[in-house]
Amino acid sequence: MAGLELISDQGYRIDGRKPTELRQIRCRLGVFTQADGSSYVEQGNTKVLASIYGPHEPSSNMRSKISHDKCIINCEYSQASFSSAERKHRPRGDRKSLDMAAHIKQTFESCIHTTLYPRSQIDIFLQILQSDGSNYCACVNAATLAIVDAGIAMKDYVCACSASLAKGTTLVDINHVEESAGCAELSAAVMPKLNKIVYSELNGRLHEDEIGKVLDSVVLGCNDMFAVMERTVREHVEETVSNFTHS
Amino acid sequence: MSSSTIVIKAPSKRRNNPIYAHASEVFLVTPGDVITEDADYMRGHGTYTNAGDEDNKLYASVAGVVERINKLVCVKALKTRYNGEVGDVVVGRIKEVQQKRWKVETNSRLDSTLQISSVNLPGGELRRRSAADELTMREYLKEGDLISAEVQQVHNDGMLSLHTRSLRYGKLGQGCCVVVSPSLIKRRKNHIHNLPCGATTILANNGYIWISITSGDACNEGDGGFNVNKEPVPLEEREVVCRLKNCIQCLAKSSVMLYDTSVLYAYESSLQYQVKEIMSEKVSLEIVNQTISLLEREKTGDG
Repeated sequence: MAGLELISDQGYRIDGRKPTELRQIRCRLGVFTQADGSSYVEQGNTKVLASIYGPHEPSSNMRSKISHDKCIINCEYSQASFSSAERKHRPRGDRKSLDMAAHIKQTFESCIHTTLYPRSQIDIFLQILQSDGSNYCACVNAATLAIVDAGIAMKDYVCACSASLAKGTTLVDINHVEESAGCAELSAAVMPKLNKIVYSELNGRLHEDEIGKVLDSVVLGCNDMFAVMERTVREHVEETVSNFTHS
Repeated sequence: MSSSTIVIKAPSKRRNNPIYAHASEVFLVTPGDVITEDADYMRGHGTYTNAGDEDNKLYASVAGVVERINKLVCVKALKTRYNGEVGDVVVGRIKEVQQKRWKVETNSRLDSTLQISSVNLPGGELRRRSAADELTMREYLKEGDLISAEVQQVHNDGMLSLHTRSLRYGKLGQGCCVVVSPSLIKRRKNHIHNLPCGATTILANNGYIWISITSGDACNEGDGGFNVNKEPVPLEEREVVCRLKNCIQCLAKSSVMLYDTSVLYAYESSLQYQVKEIMSEKVSLEIVNQTISLLEREKTGDG
């Protein structure tokens, strides 16, 4: 896409954001009653539902993976057929979604206290309702909120954010247009309170001098994301606790 | 001809009545928060320390309320799976019949086991379990049956062993099962209540609540569930069960602790409504608020 200007001369992006601005974030906890934990996250037009089942007895096809000192994490990622611009039937278990599920699984294996739940299984189900770029990030953020809702012990929140580089400026939280423009995309998941990076992935090519700069802005974006998630969790907990205490 | 009514509901998400909000008095944490940097405190559930750290910070690993018992610090999550303790009353569903034991689903992290040696066999006779008993296990409890039981032992991986060696426990017959969060059940001396409205509730610690009609002859001691009554239940009795179920669901939706008094107050405050009206947002809130004020009044009356 040679003709497409990702950043205008005035310094604004295609959707009118400044380079370091995140899209509008909306999140909710406890959207399902059946699941142990659930959440809904909107980052601009990217919309994700996450639900957590477990820790529970491993299902029969997981029996071989049972470990006696930690739990199994099972992650399934799926995209609704109406989620992208063109309607497309996506069979369960295609390569792209398997990859995504594996990445999300890895991310959470490092932050959930898996040793507390020996011989059990935790299921993370993610459903993209609308896909507009940074799907991995939205999924990680949604899964974190759902895990908090399920009361599963973890070290810290995991917040993810992506960034790209156009004309020497880093663009944070990129949307579908920016993603498909062919620039490099760096996504990372961080534990903001412990200040650790748990996952990072680079699609495309980036000069090594610029990686540091892009990564810094990704981490800043993650911290902004964290502020919103923390507020949502606190509000949710406060509301629930207010009734708990007086009886 | 047929008149249909249109119900206009208030927004589903509503602010709680601020009179009852005490949230500012409690210490809330979310995962990764530092609870204390003091090294004397002991690490309880829902907290962790970093082994490599020299400054002995205590972090929270779940979102919830900090509870401090002397030097022990715990964080209680609002919603978790059931963590069993010895002596708890549970209601569970038989998932599998195995050699010498049943696997029971109890909303716990792992499936619980019920050994054939820890049930009362029909007839109440105490004897060694023979091979013939093992073959007829499915006649007594089969997959899908609901039972009430007591936790006999907690294994070190968190698995529970149950027993039904009392006539209060055993197979459950006709009734209604409501599932709520285990943290909503208040720990009491007694979890099986014969309510004055003619129903028996088992407010099991694992969040499974069983509501049934109190059978006439077995008022205090059950019969161990050997002779399940399959007679049709009259409409009035079914209405009592439904009303209780709706009340419990209202209380659970507003996260009010469930125990005999709160359930009974909710039942009493619901009597002015029809059973089906209880499910509506407005009436539900009305009942919850009335229950809460009755509970508050009782609390101040005691003190």
